[in-house]
Amino acid sequence: MSGWSQIKGRAVALDARNVDTDQLIPARFMSQPRDQGYGGFLLHDVRSDDAGHVLNRYAPQVLITRENFGSGSSREAAVYALVDFGIKAVFAPSFGDIFSSNAVNNGLLPARVTEAEIDALIDRLGDDDAAAFVDLGTGEAEIAGTKLQFSVDPVWQQKLINGWDDIDMTAQYAAQITEFRGKRLAAHPWAMPTTD
Amino acid sequence: MSAPLTTVHDVPRIGLHDVPRTMLDKLWDAHEVLRRDDGTSLLWVDRHLVHEGSHHGFAKLQARGMQVAEPLLTFGVVDHYAPTRAGEMARDVRHMIDTLARNAAATGIRLFDLRDPGQGIVHVIGPEQGLTLPGLLINCGDSHTSTHGAFGALAFGVGATEVAHILATQTVWQKRPKTMRIVFDGTLSPGVTAKDMALHWISRLGTGGAQGFAVEYAGPAVEALSMEGRMTLCNLSIEGGARLGMVAPDEVTFAYVKGRPFAPRDHAAACADWRALGSDAEAVFDREVTFDAAQIAPTVTWGTSPEEALPITGVVPEAAQSTLEYMGLDAGMPLETVKVDQVFIGSCTNGRIEDLRMAAAVLRGRKARVPGLVSPGSAIVKKQAEDEGLAQVFVDAGLEWADAGCSMCVGMNGDLVETGKRCASSTNRNFKGRQGRGARTHLMSPAMVAAAAVEGRLADVRPLLEGRL
Repeated sequence: MSGWSQIKGRAVALDARNVDTDQLIPARFMSQPRDQGYGGFLLHDVRSDDAGHVLNRYAPQVLITRENFGSGSSREAAVYALVDFGIKAVFAPSFGDIFSSNAVNNGLLPARVTEAEIDALIDRLGDDDAAAFVDLGTGEAEIAGTKLQFSVDPVWQQKLINGWDDIDMTAQYAAQITEFRGKRLAAHPWAMPTTD
Repeated sequence: MSAPLTTVHDVPRIGLHDVPRTMLDKLWDAHEVLRRDDGTSLLWVDRHLVHEGSHHGFAKLQARGMQVAEPLLTFGVVDHYAPTRAGEMARDVRHMIDTLARNAAATGIRLFDLRDPGQGIVHVIGPEQGLTLPGLLINCGDSHTSTHGAFGALAFGVGATEVAHILATQTVWQKRPKTMRIVFDGTLSPGVTAKDMALHWISRLGTGGAQGFAVEYAGPAVEALSMEGRMTLCNLSIEGGARLGMVAPDEVTFAYVKGRPFAPRDHAAACADWRALGSDAEAVFDREVTFDAAQIAPTVTWGTSPEEALPITGVVPEAAQSTLEYMGLDAGMPLETVKVDQVFIGSCTNGRIEDLRMAAAVLRGRKARVPGLVSPGSAIVKKQAEDEGLAQVFVDAGLEWADAGCSMCVGMNGDLVETGKRCASSTNRNFKGRQGRGARTHLMSPAMVAAAAVEGRLADVRPLLEGRL
């Protein structure tokens, strides 16, 4: 995964609360291999019922939406759908916990801003797109002419900027993991599944 | 590119705990390999459960040419796509199941496949097989992994990138969540179940109410629950935003675990360790919420989020027009007048033997007015329900008795609710499109689903259970 520090692109608003991962990608698409691209599955049912849906008219990099975005199932495919569609950052007051981890593991920024800021942005954007600038390093953004600060876990911020990969990162601790394993199983032999 | 080396904190494990600790603290400390300066912990994973949906994780591992680090701690289960009825398997369903079988065989993982007598839903068979134990850290690429917390385990769902990381290293990076205790005082009324407790707290605190927290359920009404009930309660933690839910292990837990196939042979020694897991009496939680169990009524959802739930005696509230339209409801309608087209009993939330017993208690000697599907949580639950005569009760009532799997909770195997149809369901998510495109889902306990089947509408189960409990 490659890192990034700025987005210069377009933003649209998705005026909905609790956009869960079942909506972001309906389960029936999840048997597809990733290399075919998941962008077409993003919010599939909502978009196919509404030709004028904002995501049928624009190809934004930034999505503005309401609280509890990405709640529900742990399916990382919801993040693949957003990323493959071209989205690099989602601004919302809150996110599903597992979704946030999945997002950061795929280079997608879950940026937290206040409800009042979201209200104002959604008002301003309406059904159209607008210019968006996001600076991951400073935690500042300018969307539709409005400047705002967003918050993101500092660990995630570094991970997104540097494109760190957890498996590579963990490799340096291999010896400690082996030592821990030995001690744990010696102290708590019941932790090993019984096999006859 | 990988991160620069950071200072790693030595984690004290023994003898230094003067500060009272919560169960989360104890479980966390026992699994913390190291903690980076930035506060992120590398945790040891005792059990990793994979299913057909884990194919992205295996693909990531293979792309890097890596092996599964601990095949003996990794278990595979066919559940999300498992067919529950006879007939030809759809091509993509077959492909998903075959892919898991291939990955399991290539990596030396024990697989509970469709022919296995222990087959079933991952969160049903983990406990049933004794893979789930108090004191373990359990991960699975499924958000309802919180179910296993019912045993006093640290159990949480992970995404595909994390699945790949666990396969490769048997560890997971996590930040310690805040702690929240949800206390249920008092006693549940007859006909009110763990499902109602869960829908009740989620409706009060909201679907984001426990975001960022690990929830510990406590209090007399929780202690009075069977393991099945505790699993239902912990299962739904994620619907309130919590990645983890847990209950302190006690004699009920130990009795459930004892003698199960993968459980420790030296039960007494293990119990000695497990007795120390509960939160210390003086432990402080970041947030504490108390409910009176006696005030909880049979609860149903009316909307498209699990927080949109009310006592069955309530009326459809004013709500977003898009929600009411999707659900085909008008504000002000009494919930008991809402007609259903079909019912479903099953899932990792409510597909266990006790759930089927409760539903059968309602249905015995009665006929369902609407069609419905009953899918037990595992092949073992299925066999037990048949031996106890429960299956016959469902069949006599006119419901279809099927095989075990995730089935109509998520519809991946083709068990779907048709567009515009209304289903009373013992599952966990009433999201738009969850049970099928345009499907209208009402979540409730298995007993309440049985009541809806008997009445053909959302109905209060309490009168139907009189003299039957």
